[in-house]
Amino acid sequence: MSTNGAVSKNTETIKRGLAQMLKGGVIMDVVTAEQASIAEAAGAAAVMALERVPADIRAHGGVARMADPDKIIEIQQAVTIPVMAKCRIGHFVEAEVLQALGVDYIDESEVLTPADEEHHVAKAGFDVPFVCGCRDLGEALRRIGEGAAMIRTKGEAGTGDVVEAVRHMRRLMGEIRRLQNLPDEERPAFAKEIQAPLPLVEEVAALGRLPVVNFAAGGIASPADAALMMRLGCDGNFVGSGIFKSSDPARRAQAIVEATTNFRDAALVAEVSRSLGEPMSGIANRGLQPEEMLAGRGW
Amino acid sequence: MRSSHADLRIGVLALQGDFAEHVQMLARLGAQAVEVRRPADLDGIDGLILPGGESTTIGNLMERSGLTAPIQRLARNGTPMWGTCAGLILMARGVGRRQPLLRVMDVQVERNAFGRQLDSFEANLDIDGLPGGAFRAVFIRAPVVRRCGRGVRALSRLDDGAVVAVQQDRLLGTAFHPELTGDPRLHAHFMAMTRRA
Repeated sequence: MSTNGAVSKNTETIKRGLAQMLKGGVIMDVVTAEQASIAEAAGAAAVMALERVPADIRAHGGVARMADPDKIIEIQQAVTIPVMAKCRIGHFVEAEVLQALGVDYIDESEVLTPADEEHHVAKAGFDVPFVCGCRDLGEALRRIGEGAAMIRTKGEAGTGDVVEAVRHMRRLMGEIRRLQNLPDEERPAFAKEIQAPLPLVEEVAALGRLPVVNFAAGGIASPADAALMMRLGCDGNFVGSGIFKSSDPARRAQAIVEATTNFRDAALVAEVSRSLGEPMSGIANRGLQPEEMLAGRGW
Repeated sequence: MRSSHADLRIGVLALQGDFAEHVQMLARLGAQAVEVRRPADLDGIDGLILPGGESTTIGNLMERSGLTAPIQRLARNGTPMWGTCAGLILMARGVGRRQPLLRVMDVQVERNAFGRQLDSFEANLDIDGLPGGAFRAVFIRAPVVRRCGRGVRALSRLDDGAVVAVQQDRLLGTAFHPELTGDPRLHAHFMAMTRRA
């Protein structure tokens, strides 16, 4: 009984595989070790270590950067579930720093202030896996082409308004359905139209879904929001400000976890939604100016 | 191979994790797969798979959905059960920290025994009783079995001796993820265990 050599690390299977383990789960934004422990006890599948949750980034303005390494280490020491962290779009040195800290996944995120307005991080060259946001199929496949091992919708982070996450998920799923109905010879033109690599377009046509795990994110604030996104076809949910900006984070976190698992069971979603206290107050996306929208960041 | 297992009803605990990959593998082998979220979903199953995922998350949800005691009863009554990674952790008697567990298998397991995601790996394993040569095994933030009780057989070890596959009567545990590779041999092995039960 031995391993016969041939040990390999950081393969596509390993990188995409961790996201597969997170499916059906909720990944929660946390800014302290204490919040991380609350999230883990509530059933979070992973936590995202941040300096400030998106609602505060929005409120405070200024430049939003990678979190302080002390904060990330403190959170890593507090929990046994995977710890993710965000780097700025295109900031490959922040990504290298996060990799050096041993984070389990990097989110190259539009929630932080972009460091490069033309190029994303060349993610395939990293050992640590990446998750990236998308608004549509083309954006998802460009990120996968760069090496992302997991995709999420962008939604509109820090608002508590789910409308953009719904828009992005419906668009992504709609484009996959449209692609599946195209005759083979029309796929190259489709790839060109959505500005995505043709081999990935062919792969999606064959699979009928993205080749990587696809979560929802950006504006999810209630158990019903979480179940809605699952019903629209995502594999799990990121919840940012929605938990720790509410009046009873531990209960709301647990309720969102249960609604994500039992997303087809309206009676259960009703039960877990009772007496949760106040949700985050939120900002209606309709009232945002285009330059206030984070989802437009990314190319 | 299809339809040879059509009479077998295999439950897959579907609270969180990669249960869909197990369901696909079962479909490939022609067995009926039942997603288990509530106690009633356990009715009439011939075997149960506990998938990969986050063991704390699955354990919490198992408690909240009232599944812990019914699954423990099934294990005691001899229903074949197979845990992969998080599933193995859930079956263990202990993991060295407090978290909800089934504690149906007499093993002590160390979680994240290799470290963080950057230490995850693939390796070829020889597995006792599995014909067809080495098995390409995918270890993701994987546990290892640190102590086996009486009646627990180590089926596979890494080069350093770490136990990564165990069997105790009708309970099977693997620290890796056969559901992530295209190799159906361990699923077929579990089908055979279920058929003998």
